[in-house]
Amino acid sequence: MSPHADAPGPLLQVEHLRKSYGPAVVLRDLTLEVAQHECLVLIGASGSGKSTLLRCLNLLEVVDDGTITLDGADITDPRVDADELRTKVGIVFQSFNLFPHMSVLDNITLAPRRVHRVARVQAEIDAMAMLDRVGLAEKARSRPDELSGGQQQRVAIARALVNRPLLMLFDEVTSALDPELVGEVLGLLAELKAEGMTMVVATHEMGFARQVADQVAFLADGVVAELGPPEQVLGDPVDPRTQRFLRRIIDAGRL
Amino acid sequence: MTLGGGDLGDLGEFMAAPDPAPAGDTGSAPDDGWTPSPIEMGRRAYRQRRTRRSVIIASVSTVVLLTAVVLVVINTPGWPQFRKKFFDLSYGWQVLPDIAEGLWLNIRLAVVCEIGILVLALTVALLRTLRGPVFFPLRAAAIAYTDLFRGLPLILVLLLLGFGMPSLKLEWLPRSALFWGCVALILTYAAYVSEVLRAGIESVHPSQRAAARSLGLSHAKTMRFVVVPQAVRRVLPPLLNDLVALIKDTGLISVLGVIYDAVLNAQIETADTFNYTPYVVAGLLFVLITVPLTRLTDWVARRQGWTGGGGHV
Repeated sequence: MSPHADAPGPLLQVEHLRKSYGPAVVLRDLTLEVAQHECLVLIGASGSGKSTLLRCLNLLEVVDDGTITLDGADITDPRVDADELRTKVGIVFQSFNLFPHMSVLDNITLAPRRVHRVARVQAEIDAMAMLDRVGLAEKARSRPDELSGGQQQRVAIARALVNRPLLMLFDEVTSALDPELVGEVLGLLAELKAEGMTMVVATHEMGFARQVADQVAFLADGVVAELGPPEQVLGDPVDPRTQRFLRRIIDAGRL
Repeated sequence: MTLGGGDLGDLGEFMAAPDPAPAGDTGSAPDDGWTPSPIEMGRRAYRQRRTRRSVIIASVSTVVLLTAVVLVVINTPGWPQFRKKFFDLSYGWQVLPDIAEGLWLNIRLAVVCEIGILVLALTVALLRTLRGPVFFPLRAAAIAYTDLFRGLPLILVLLLLGFGMPSLKLEWLPRSALFWGCVALILTYAAYVSEVLRAGIESVHPSQRAAARSLGLSHAKTMRFVVVPQAVRRVLPPLLNDLVALIKDTGLISVLGVIYDAVLNAQIETADTFNYTPYVVAGLLFVLITVPLTRLTDWVARRQGWTGGGGHV
């Protein structure tokens, strides 16, 4: 799966990552790789460290140990400019985190205009193209609170995508949505994957994992307990922890 | 340091020995056999060097700036005269006990006033949250009160009450300037504080009210047990800010002339000698009192996550 010998190594490489909060060790010794254009889905119980891993990948957390390599560069080096790194890694949160005092268009053009110094006209053209891409062009002038949850989350995705990131992180992006709105967001994620975006997706939507993921990683006890193609991890899990987790999900009628 | 070295050592061992992973200690890692890798050690060393360098740069620049300021001031043409008039050390030392005694009055006054302010302010804030036409007169009175006393300069309220009320010559009214000074401070500050509290009350999400009412709590009980506790916690930093302002403004009651607080005592000394050092002494004492409170405010604000709430960003 991971083409070590090939010229382009994995886009993202996490080795022996450790992160603890006080006495609680969330990530103990976590190692994984994501190749270019690949979609890695993280599954695991609440508190298994999916969100912590994503926050580490975006340098929102300082890791305790281990390294994260993106596009050949060690981003855990303290000399790395976190702001610059974050322009290459987009993240979308569970609770959208749109800026409520700005219109949809201003939310999307904020980083291009204030970080990348794109002229307003050009930034708005790009933003409108991106809004069109997520199917919300007619909402450009709306405020976030006038949109449904699914629409807000699609705006948040557009806001991250407009910076042309190398890697997209999705942190349980459908967990705060009504069931009938989940589809529109997951559909958009599947389209992004089809277009070749490299992404790491933490989710409880096993159907999405099955259809879109190239690899599924099951996180438990601060490590990747099981890693493999979705048919294997979800259909024929080897690790007893994965089996127990999936059993609970099936019992809850979520698979 | 009255503790002997042995005592400290025992204490340290006692703290460290029983639990390998003391909770809440951010520095020490949980005891799961992990030792930092060479890469992590390198990162830590780098961060430490950076911190050390920042501290050195900050210290040096502070010293340089302060030296520059001092040099500029003491080289002004009027400096010798200015120093004699404002920074006469031996005179300052001589008047210190008098002014400190006055300051004690300021502190007691601030404590008494603060209690009155909180009670009145909370009442007014709660009156303003009442809904429905029945309560219109109460609401209107509360609004009129806050509008009036937020608009009036404190010094005018002090003069009007302090000199006006006793001159009404009503037998049953207290005539003490101290009493009316206190009332003026309470009336003025309660108007501000009630607005702070109201902002806090209104910042509690309506769903909290809905949840409390749906449990059968009355409006009053909802306010008392659910809304106000959350509101007060949220506005604690601005409330402490107002307390600091109040402590300083107790000095204003010296305009009533018969209350021997720190400012009036300083004024009396200055009128004798035409030397302004007592004012500087009073000012320093006020700063000494308010600085700990300001730090407390910062600490409370930080604990509430007003800064750094977004993790390491």
